[in-house]
Amino acid sequence: MVNLLLIILLPLLGFFVNALVGKKLPKSVSGGFASLMIFIPFVISTSYFVGFVNGSQQKLDIDIYNWIAFGDFKITFGLLLDQLSATWLMVVTGIGFLIHLYSISYMHDDEKFHNFFSYLNLFIFFMLLLVLGNNFLITFIGWEGVGLCSYLLIGFWFKNQDYNNAAKKAFVMNRVGDLGFLLGIFFILYYLKTLNFTQLQAVNLELLPHGLIVAITMLLFVGAIGKSAQIPLYTWLPDAMAGPTPVSALIHAATMVTAGIYMLVRANFLFIHAPETMMIVAAIGAATAIFAATVGVLQNDIKKVLAYSTVSQLGLMFLALGVGAFTSGVFHVVTHAFFKACLFLGSGSVIHALHGEQDIRNMGGLKKWMPITFWTFLISSLAISGIFPFSGFFSKDEILASAFEHNKVLWVVASLASLLTAFYMFRLVFLTFTGNFRGIEEQKHHLHESPALITIPLIILAVLAAVGGAMGLPEFLGFHHWLKGFLSPVLATNPHAEAHGLSHSTELMLMGGAFAGAVASIAYAYIKYVKGGALPANDGEESGVGKLVYNKYYIDEIYNALFVKPSLLLSDFGHSVIDNKVVDGIVNFTGKASLIIGSQVRKIQSGYIGFYLLAMVLSMVAIFVYSFMITG
Amino acid sequence: MLLLITLFLPLLFALLTYLSGNRYAKYVALLGGLLAFVGCNLLKQSLVSNQLEPLGYTHDWIANPLIAFSLTVDGLALSLIALTTFLIPLIVFTTYSKTIENAKAFYSLILLMEFGLLGVFMAADGFLYYVFWELALIPIYFIALLWGENRDKAFRNRAIFKFFVYTLAGSLFMLIGFIYLYQYSGSFSIQSLYTLNLSNTEQVVLFWAFFIAFAIKIPVFPFHTWQPDTYKEAPTAGTMLLSGIMLKMGLYSLLRWLLPVLPHGVEFWTPYVIVLATIGVLYGSIIAIKQDDLKKLLAYSSFAHVGLITAGIFTLTREGMQGAIVQMFAHGFNVVGLFYAAEIILQRTGTLSISQLGGIRSVAPKFATVFMIVVLASVALPTTNAFIGEFLLLFASFQYNTWLAVAAGFTIIFSAVYMLRMYQLSMLGETNEKTAGFQDLNWQEMLVFVLIIMGIFQIGLVPSSFLGMMENSIDQILSFSLR
Repeated sequence: MVNLLLIILLPLLGFFVNALVGKKLPKSVSGGFASLMIFIPFVISTSYFVGFVNGSQQKLDIDIYNWIAFGDFKITFGLLLDQLSATWLMVVTGIGFLIHLYSISYMHDDEKFHNFFSYLNLFIFFMLLLVLGNNFLITFIGWEGVGLCSYLLIGFWFKNQDYNNAAKKAFVMNRVGDLGFLLGIFFILYYLKTLNFTQLQAVNLELLPHGLIVAITMLLFVGAIGKSAQIPLYTWLPDAMAGPTPVSALIHAATMVTAGIYMLVRANFLFIHAPETMMIVAAIGAATAIFAATVGVLQNDIKKVLAYSTVSQLGLMFLALGVGAFTSGVFHVVTHAFFKACLFLGSGSVIHALHGEQDIRNMGGLKKWMPITFWTFLISSLAISGIFPFSGFFSKDEILASAFEHNKVLWVVASLASLLTAFYMFRLVFLTFTGNFRGIEEQKHHLHESPALITIPLIILAVLAAVGGAMGLPEFLGFHHWLKGFLSPVLATNPHAEAHGLSHSTELMLMGGAFAGAVASIAYAYIKYVKGGALPANDGEESGVGKLVYNKYYIDEIYNALFVKPSLLLSDFGHSVIDNKVVDGIVNFTGKASLIIGSQVRKIQSGYIGFYLLAMVLSMVAIFVYSFMITG
Repeated sequence: MLLLITLFLPLLFALLTYLSGNRYAKYVALLGGLLAFVGCNLLKQSLVSNQLEPLGYTHDWIANPLIAFSLTVDGLALSLIALTTFLIPLIVFTTYSKTIENAKAFYSLILLMEFGLLGVFMAADGFLYYVFWELALIPIYFIALLWGENRDKAFRNRAIFKFFVYTLAGSLFMLIGFIYLYQYSGSFSIQSLYTLNLSNTEQVVLFWAFFIAFAIKIPVFPFHTWQPDTYKEAPTAGTMLLSGIMLKMGLYSLLRWLLPVLPHGVEFWTPYVIVLATIGVLYGSIIAIKQDDLKKLLAYSSFAHVGLITAGIFTLTREGMQGAIVQMFAHGFNVVGLFYAAEIILQRTGTLSISQLGGIRSVAPKFATVFMIVVLASVALPTTNAFIGEFLLLFASFQYNTWLAVAAGFTIIFSAVYMLRMYQLSMLGETNEKTAGFQDLNWQEMLVFVLIIMGIFQIGLVPSSFLGMMENSIDQILSFSLR
C-alpha cells in the first residue's frame, strides 16, 4: 500500500518542489528531480507489473479515507491496482519518464523551465490518479486534473493569445464531455448505489431496466468523446499542438487522450450489457478514424499531421471497443503510445534542429543531418502504417479482424483509414527526410542531430515500436496471445458475444490484404513524393475537394457559427436587453409606481436615509401596538 | 454564555474601533474580528463536546408580545458563524494597503455588520431574527454609499439606493409574514413556529412573504437586478461583505425560517422556485460570458452559483442540503478571493475593464498563480471546495429531475468559458502600458490568498468532518419540512 501511494505521491512532491523552489534550482537539478519523481514510480510499477505477469501479485483495492461522507452517503478516496491499471501505469510512468528526460534537453533554453516540469509532474500525478482510482469519482478527479494540466501546457507560452485560445478551447470542449461523464456518474450513484468499481461489478445488471444501462454507457461515452477527441468533440486536439512538443507526445498522444479508452475498458462490465451503445461507439470510432485520416493527408504542419493521425488512431481504438474487442483496444493503446510518442518526439527533434520550423514544405533531406531521428521516425512510421513485423501491424490487424467479424462496413471504413494512414505518414517521412533541403541557408548551416537526451528516448521508443507487437501475437498462427490472457481477469464475459471466430484462412487473408494495402500506399507516396518530387500546394492554391479537406472541412468555422457566435450574441442580448431593459425595467416600474402612490399619500420621497430608518423604527412600534391589540 | 460573548464581541469592538480614532481603527477592528473568530472556535468545541446537540441561550425580553432574546447554535449556524468570523478579519486585513477616509467609521461599520450577521445566524426568535436581519443592512448601505470609488457619484447613489430600497421592501413582506404567524403561535420562538398548523392556503400565500425577502437577498432570478451595479459600485471590501457573507443570510434563512415553517407552501411552490433558480444559473452564466467589467462579471458568476444552491435547497434532499451548506461556505471563500484579486488589479492598474488588461502573468507570477487557483476553485475543479458543493447540488437536482440536472449542469461548461476568458484577457498575453509595471504580491496580500487557498483545499480534500457537523441540523430541517 505504501508503494502504491508512493506511485502517486512522488509526482505530486515533484510538482510542489518545482513549483515552489524550482526557480532557485539549477536546470539540471530541477529537471533531474522531476524525472526522478517519475522514475521511482516507474520502478515500483514495474515490480507490480512483473508481479501480475508471474502471478505473485494480487489485485489491490484499498480505501484510504472517506472523502465525501455523511449519513448513508459515502464516497471514499481509494485506489485499485489490477492488470488494467498496471498496464496503464507502465505506459504512463515509462513513457512519462522518457519524455521528462527528453524535455530536459528540449526545454533547456526556456525561461520557465521549472514551471514546465512542475506541470509535467502534476500531469503525471493526475493521470495516475485517473488510472488508479477505485471508483468513478476518483477517476473523475484525475480526469479533470489532466484536463487542467493539458490547459496549462497547451497555453504554456502564454504571451501568445492564439495558444491561449487553443488551451481554453481544449478545456471547454473537455468540459462538455465531462458534463456527460458527471451525469453518467449520477445515474450510477443513484440507481446502482455505489461508484466503486469492484462493488459495481458485483451488481446484477440483469435486474435493471435495459434503457438505464444504455443511458449510463452513452453518458460515459460522451465523457470519453471529449477526452479522447472523437467526433464531434475532436477539434481541440489539433489546436492543442500549440503546446511544447514533449507535451504533444505525452499528453496529446500517448497518455491523456487514451483516458477515454481506459474508462470504457474499466466499465466494460456495463458496456457489454448495452449493445446499442457499443454499436454507437464503434460507428463513431470508425467515422472518426476515416474522417481524421482524410484531413491528415493534406496537412503541411508536421505536428498537425501527427495530431490528426492521433485522432484517427483513437477512432480505431474506439472501434475495437465498440465491437467488443477490449483487449485489442488496449493493445493498440500501448503500441500507439510507443510509436506515436516516438513520432512526436522525432518531430520535436526536427523542429528543434530547424529552430521552430514546422511546415514540411520547408523541410526535406533531413536524413543526411539527422540519421537517428530519421531511422527512429521511419521505424515508428512503419509501425503505425501496419507493416510486418512492427508493433502496429499486430494491434491494428486485430482491430480490423474484429471489425470484419462484426460488420463489414466498419471493416471497409477502418481499412480505408489504415490505407490513408500509411499514405500520409510516408508523405510526411518523404517530404521531411528525403530529397533536397528546402529551407533557408541559415537553417541549413545549423542543421545537426539532436543531443543524447533527445535521441536516447527516441531509440528506446523506436525499439518498443518495433518489437511491441510481441505482446499480442496472433493466436490463429499458433502463438500465445499474452496480453489477452493478462487482461482477462478485468474483462467481464460478454453475454452478446458471438461464439464463433473467423476461420484461419480468412484471418490470414485479412492480414495479408492489410499488409499489401499498406505497402501499396507507401509505394504510392514514394512514387508521388520521391520519384515525382511532388510538393504540397502553397496556401490558398488548393481547389475543389482539396480545398475542403485542407481547411479541415470547415468544422471549426461551422462550430463557431453554431455555438460560439450565438452564445456571444445571447450574452450581449441577455445583458443589454433582457436584464437591463425587461427585468430591471419591471423592477424600476414597480419601484416608481409605489413611489408615485406613496407621494400621493404624503411627500415621503426625501431620499434621506434617516427618514427610512425612522420609518423602520416607527413600523416596528406599529407592530408592537398591533400585536398588543390582538393578544389583548 | 459563550454565545453571548461571541455575538456581542463585534458590537463592543465596533464601539472601541470608533473610539480608537482613525489611526488605530484598523488594528482594533482586526483584533475584534480575530477575537470573534476565537469565540467561534470555542463554540465549535463546545458543540462537538455536546455531541452536536444545539447550544442555546434564552433570556426573557419582552413579555407582550412574547419576544425572547433567544439564541441557538447548531452545526448549520456554526458553519455560517465560522464563515463570518473568518472572513470579517480577512476582509479588514485586505484593506490594509489602502488609505481609507474616516477609517474609524468604516471599520466600526464592518464590525457592526458582523454583529448583525452573527445575530441573524444565531437568533432562535423570529422577531429577534428580524431585527438582526435589518440591522445587518444598515452598515453595508453606508459602506457602499460613502466609500464607493466610482467618480460618477450620481450613478453610485442611484445603484446603492436601489439596493437599499429593494432589500428593505423585501424584508417588509417578511415582517408581515411574521406578524401573521404570531397570531397563531402567540410567540416568536422558532420551536413554536416549527409546530404551527397552518392551512395549505395560508402557507401557499405566506410562502411569498418570506420568499421574496430571501430571494432578493440571495438573489434568485428575477430579483437580482440590484446586484451587478451594487457589487460594482461598492468599495471592494463592501462587495466582499455582500457576496461573501450577506447573501448567505438569504440562503440560511430558506433553511432555517422557510422550509420548516411552511412545509406545504414550500411543497406547492418548489417546482417554480427550482425552475427560477435554474434559469438563474444559466442566465447569470450566459451574461457573464461577455462582461467586460471584472466586478460585474464576478457578480453575474456569483448570481449563477447561488442559483444552484437555491435549487439544491429546494430539492429537500440530504445531498441538496449538504451541498448547499458546503457550497455556501465554499462560495464565501472563493468569491472573496476573486474580488480581492479584482481589487488588487484595480489598485495597480486603475481599471477593472478586462479588455484593457493583459500580460499580468509575465510580471506578477505569484499573483497569477494564486488567482488561477481561486479561478479553478470557482469553476469547481475536483479537489477544490466548490467541487464538493457542486457535485452534491447537481446530484440533488438530478434526483429531483434528470433534465433539470442537465440544464443546471451546463454551469460547469459556462463557468469554464467565462472564467477562463476573464483570466486570459486580464492575465495572459503581452503586457501593455497599464500592466507593464504591475507589482507582484507583497507578503500581506500573499497571506490573504494563502489562507483562502488553504480553505479551498481543506474543504475540497477532507470535507467529511464539515459535512458530519451538519447532519443533526439537516435531520431537523428535513423532519419539519417533510411533515
